[in-house]
Amino acid sequence: MRTLWIIAGIALLVSLAADRSKTRAAVLRGLKMFLGIIPMLLGVLAAVSLVLTAVTPAMLERILSGTGFLPFFSALTIGSIALIPGFIAYPLAALLRQNGASVPVLAAFITSLMMVGILTLPLEARYFGWRAALLRNVLAMCGAVLVAVGMSWVLR
Amino acid sequence: MGAPVNGRTVRKTGRALGKAGPFVLFGVVAALWAYSLPHAEFVFGRKTGENLASFLIEMASVLPPMFLLVGLFEIWVPRKVIERHTGLRSGFRAIPWMILLATLQAGPLYGAFPVAIGLWRKGCAPRNVFIYLGAFSALKIPMLTFEVAFLGWQFSLARTLISIPVFIALALAMERLLPGDFRPPALEGPDAGAD
Repeated sequence: MRTLWIIAGIALLVSLAADRSKTRAAVLRGLKMFLGIIPMLLGVLAAVSLVLTAVTPAMLERILSGTGFLPFFSALTIGSIALIPGFIAYPLAALLRQNGASVPVLAAFITSLMMVGILTLPLEARYFGWRAALLRNVLAMCGAVLVAVGMSWVLR
Repeated sequence: MGAPVNGRTVRKTGRALGKAGPFVLFGVVAALWAYSLPHAEFVFGRKTGENLASFLIEMASVLPPMFLLVGLFEIWVPRKVIERHTGLRSGFRAIPWMILLATLQAGPLYGAFPVAIGLWRKGCAPRNVFIYLGAFSALKIPMLTFEVAFLGWQFSLARTLISIPVFIALALAMERLLPGDFRPPALEGPDAGAD
C-alpha cells in the first residue's frame, strides 16, 4: 500500500514538473472519478461489513470442514458472496485446513473469494454495466470450480 | 399530489431509491454501531462498525493513489501506445503486460475497476481488460506472500499455475460472449460518475 502512494507521488511530481495544466486536468479527472464512486462504495462496504459480522469464523469452520460435495458447494457460495480481506481470509483458511477442510474446498473458497464478488456487483455494474458484470461473475465462478478441481488433482 | 403516475415517475422514483440505497445501508450500519456504544452487550453492532471502519481504512489507503494514477494515465499516456501493445491486434504478446501490471498492485478488486476502464478507454482490447482483472484477482504479489505464509508454497504455486490459463480462457470467453459493439457504460455519458 505504501509503495502505491510512493509511486503515485513520484508520478505526480514528474507530471507537475512536465506540465502544470495537464497535471491539474489529470488530478481533477481522478478526483471526479473517486468522488463519483464514493456513495456506491460506502453502501457496498456497509453491506459487506454486515455480512462479515453475521457470518462468523466459527460458523465457517462448521460448514466448510470435511470433504464431499456440500462443503465444496458452500465454500463456493460463501466465497462468491463475501468480500473478506486477505489478512482475514488466509489465516482463516489455514485454520480451516487444520480442522480438516480439503484442498478443493480451500481452493474453491479462496479462488471464489478473490474472483467473484456478488456483494460488489452494483459497483462493478456501474463501471461495466449489468450484463458484463453478471457475465464476468458467472464465468469467474465456473473458473473457481475449474481451479478447485485442478488443485485436487495436483495436491491431495 | 395529483401528479399522474406514469412510467417516467416510476423510473425517477426507482433512480432516487437507487441513489439513496447506499446511504441508507451506510446509515443502518452507523446506527447499529452508535447503539452499541452505550450498550456493550450488543456485540453485533460493535463488530459491524469495526468491520466497516477497517474497510474504510483499506479504501482510503488504496483508492486515492489509484485514482490519481488513473487520472495521470488518462491524460499522459497516448492512446496509440496502449492500442499497439494491448489492442485488438496485439495478439498474445499483450498477456504478459496485463499480468505484470496487475500483479504489482495491491488492494481489493473494486480498486481495479477504474484502472480497467481507463485501459479500455485507451484502446485496450476487451479480452486484455478481463485478463487484467483476472490477474488482479488471482495473483497479486502482496497477496501471494500472505498465501504462502499461511497455506504453504505448494498450495500457492499450484493455485497460481492453474489460475493463469483459467482466467485467460475466461477473458477470451468474455470477449466472445459480449456483443461486438459492447462498450462499458462508464466509458460514455456525462452522468457516468466514473468518467
